[in-house]
Amino acid sequence: MTTAPITLPERGLGDRLTRAFWRHPRLLLALLLTPPLLWLGIVYVGSLAALLVQSFYSIDEFSGVVVREFTLKTYGELLRPANADVIMRTLLMATCVTLASAVVAFPIAYMAARYAKGRWKAVFYIGVMLPLWSSYLVKVYAWKLILAKEGIVTWALDAVGLLPLLDAVLTLPVIGGTSLSTSYIGTFTVFLYVWLPYMILPMQASLERVPTSMLEASADLGASRAQTFRTVVLPLALPGVIAGSIFTFSLTMGDYIIPQIVGSSRIYIGQAVYQLQGTAGNIPLAAAFAVVPIVIMLIYLTIARKQGAFDAL
Amino acid sequence: MTLAVEFSGVSRHFGAVHAVDRVDLSIPEGSFFAMLGPSGSGKTTCLRLISGFEHPSAGVIRIFGTDSGTVPPNRRNVNTVFQDYALFPHMSVRDNVAYGLMVKGVARAARHARADEMLALVKLADYGSRKPAQLSGGQRQRVALARALINEPRVLLLDEPLGALDLKLREAMQDELKALQKRLGITFVFVTHDQGEALSMADQVAVFNEGRVAQVGTPSDIYDRPATRFVADFVGSSNVLPPDLTVRLGGPAQWASLRPEAVRLSGTGKIAGLVTGTRYLGASTRVAVDIGGSEIGAIVASGQTVPEPGAEVRLDWQASALHLMGAA
Repeated sequence: MTTAPITLPERGLGDRLTRAFWRHPRLLLALLLTPPLLWLGIVYVGSLAALLVQSFYSIDEFSGVVVREFTLKTYGELLRPANADVIMRTLLMATCVTLASAVVAFPIAYMAARYAKGRWKAVFYIGVMLPLWSSYLVKVYAWKLILAKEGIVTWALDAVGLLPLLDAVLTLPVIGGTSLSTSYIGTFTVFLYVWLPYMILPMQASLERVPTSMLEASADLGASRAQTFRTVVLPLALPGVIAGSIFTFSLTMGDYIIPQIVGSSRIYIGQAVYQLQGTAGNIPLAAAFAVVPIVIMLIYLTIARKQGAFDAL
Repeated sequence: MTLAVEFSGVSRHFGAVHAVDRVDLSIPEGSFFAMLGPSGSGKTTCLRLISGFEHPSAGVIRIFGTDSGTVPPNRRNVNTVFQDYALFPHMSVRDNVAYGLMVKGVARAARHARADEMLALVKLADYGSRKPAQLSGGQRQRVALARALINEPRVLLLDEPLGALDLKLREAMQDELKALQKRLGITFVFVTHDQGEALSMADQVAVFNEGRVAQVGTPSDIYDRPATRFVADFVGSSNVLPPDLTVRLGGPAQWASLRPEAVRLSGTGKIAGLVTGTRYLGASTRVAVDIGGSEIGAIVASGQTVPEPGAEVRLDWQASALHLMGAA
């Protein structure tokens, strides 16, 4: 019998590092975490803090110079009717887009999680993600063409004689307008389209983690499909729904391009920030506007947690 | 005698795979019935046919005389203990157990009271407010049992109920399940691949092989009088003898089964052979003996001398131990 040595010689730097990491497991963790923590801590949290600080400054109305003194005056300005309108409009739009995304995404995510196998799963992923591969601007302009007065929707409805229906929809108060591309309906449609994948993917991931036996157990104990959905599927999928809604909600809250291309002159928070920090040079008010979505998201997540949305995590 | 479940010519095909193939089965009311077989033999599919999660491709399943063909799972008075227990992770143990009553619309206080009774029945009285994740495997198993029993089913189905438990716990649960079944008088149908479990717990055992029922009978029927080569080999790893070997061992030209524990090693036995290997089993040792091209297993109880491999031995058995059976 050959007598192989019980320990093997170290072969160089790789083996020496392996030994160091084996003896000090925290060393590897520290090495892996330091760069992202630096990035998050300084670049990300730092700029958020700077934003927060800016929002407590104010602007001198005559000179237009930022006064670096702590004040709540800028936040007071948010409450002026014109600004409060912008906030309410954005909040309502983000809420509608999020609810609609959840409703549209659920059946797609459910089918993908429960029934799609092998090749069909690949088709699902490509189908959901393909829109994300093309330029966001191209998609939005494409939608402008689709929704414009001379666009495809008008043309198609005219061809089947349903143009009066479109006209009737456009005469609706508030959500109507001169054409789809200048109405709230148009802005909403494009938001829904652009952010939908961000709702489908986390939803599908959370639905996939619900074992079939759990649905069967529910049925076995006498629950109807609706009862199973309400008491088992939805609570277990809720973390995914919440994750998706964080995306759709905050992306809608912050977007300033879609409402500029498909919409009217009624602006959203993102546009307000864009205009205030640019041409108007009112950084404090821009910062205060930017804090609004953050606060709303924090409130939303707190409520979600209190309601037990993360219990299944 | 009322039949709890009756299969008449039931098949379940998945494409070309005949998971269950022309099965006839009668499960008497109040019995503890085991479906035993290797994985892929169709026993779990049969269980799912009773619970309604599979549709028969052909044949009729009657549950207490009613054709269940068009009755969905949630309208069958049959409940299941799932193999992975399938407890709802977002609900407390109490809410899990009360689930069957909740979907029936029973008021909160009433269903919680009943759930606590069921938890007491499975000896988990103080665990109601915990989450399933805070329980051990054995405790989860009991919760699943309590949850399945709260609707007072006419038939309780158990899918490999003890498969995930360690040996000691499994033995304790076997006794408890048996006692519980006696006390409640509910028909228990359980699926297992563990022949020891089936033999020790069941009143009646159906042995499955390749989608068909190879034999139905009491545990001693199955063990002492296997109907086919498959049953003899699967239940208790018998020596399965082809006709020519049966003749050599003094029987007629027919397939036969000879239980290894019926074979004795002695100096004056009927046939000579060479020991080819031994396997220590704790309470006994299984000795493999080559008798000229065929191998016969014999059990040597602990305390007796175990021959070394290569030793020459003679084998002896009582003529009645040679059990003749069909060719299948």
